[in-house]
Amino acid sequence: MTEGIKSVVLAKLGERFGDAIVATHSDFGDDTAVVRREQIVEICTFLRDDPALRFDMAMDLTGVDYLGEEPRFEVVYHLYSLEKKHRVRIKARVPEDDPTIDSVIPVWVGMDWYEREAYDMYGIVFRGHPNLKRILMYESFVGHPLRKDYPKAKRQPTIGPEE
Amino acid sequence: MAVERPQPGSPGYALTTLESLVAWGRKYSLYPFTFATACCGIEVMGGFGTHYDLSRFGAEVVRFSPRQADVLLVAGTINYKMAPVLKRIYEQMLEPKWVVAMGACAASGGFYNNYTVLQGIDKILPVDVYIPGCPPNPEGMIDAVVQIQKMLETGAPRAAERWPIKA
Repeated sequence: MTEGIKSVVLAKLGERFGDAIVATHSDFGDDTAVVRREQIVEICTFLRDDPALRFDMAMDLTGVDYLGEEPRFEVVYHLYSLEKKHRVRIKARVPEDDPTIDSVIPVWVGMDWYEREAYDMYGIVFRGHPNLKRILMYESFVGHPLRKDYPKAKRQPTIGPEE
Repeated sequence: MAVERPQPGSPGYALTTLESLVAWGRKYSLYPFTFATACCGIEVMGGFGTHYDLSRFGAEVVRFSPRQADVLLVAGTINYKMAPVLKRIYEQMLEPKWVVAMGACAASGGFYNNYTVLQGIDKILPVDVYIPGCPPNPEGMIDAVVQIQKMLETGAPRAAERWPIKA
């Protein structure tokens, strides 16, 4: 029964957005939709507001670096509905030469720090983020350490006490 | 300390120099400041506790203000973000002061060869005594204090006096 409800999410998404949904799958009960990054805010707003979906809780947002593939980066959204008790995973690919995607803070304000983390670790720029600066590393840190081409032995300049 | 001991039965007196008298006093009143950031901190607690009891060696008064301490005991991993904090604490301590790098992380970064961990606190501070181990036994910490006492006894220069090291 739950299987039926979960596929409803992907069916509704495909029905509503058509070509913006690049691929979907439901392996091991995890509904996943790969979407085009241009429509991410639109899709997220739909997922939150549709009465049958009601994804009111943004569980997680993270980045992935598929070095050697094109597009190189991916942003992954994990969503949960407190009302319907179902989950969905949204993925959007982001190319290396233009690593930007629209911020989903207008949809879920709690995505603020997750987007900052993805920016800090992968250098993915979230357009429209009100305060997009590093969250884990310090300001003068050079590079984005979770990128696969970040050298393991790279050392950062040691910073002195702030005057 | 060079002391001439009086013969038994004679009036008590001792000959020494001012420097060695002061050093003798310092030797048994080292005030450690523990900068414990990882599991080495647990060994530090063990070392100050009743079982190992560092106070037997005259360094029992742990100060939680760097302004009142003269041994900076860095026990644990120091990352790049923590480095300026540690440096500031070192600068707040009064001279003369000593630095102990306790454990593999403080001495060399340990097994954290990654983007965030400082590869040894000697990148930013003059270290007098390194304690090997991951973590070291409390005996290691006691030995570090004894080493500092020996430095005082022999008048060996502190690491700060040859800092920064010129290649």
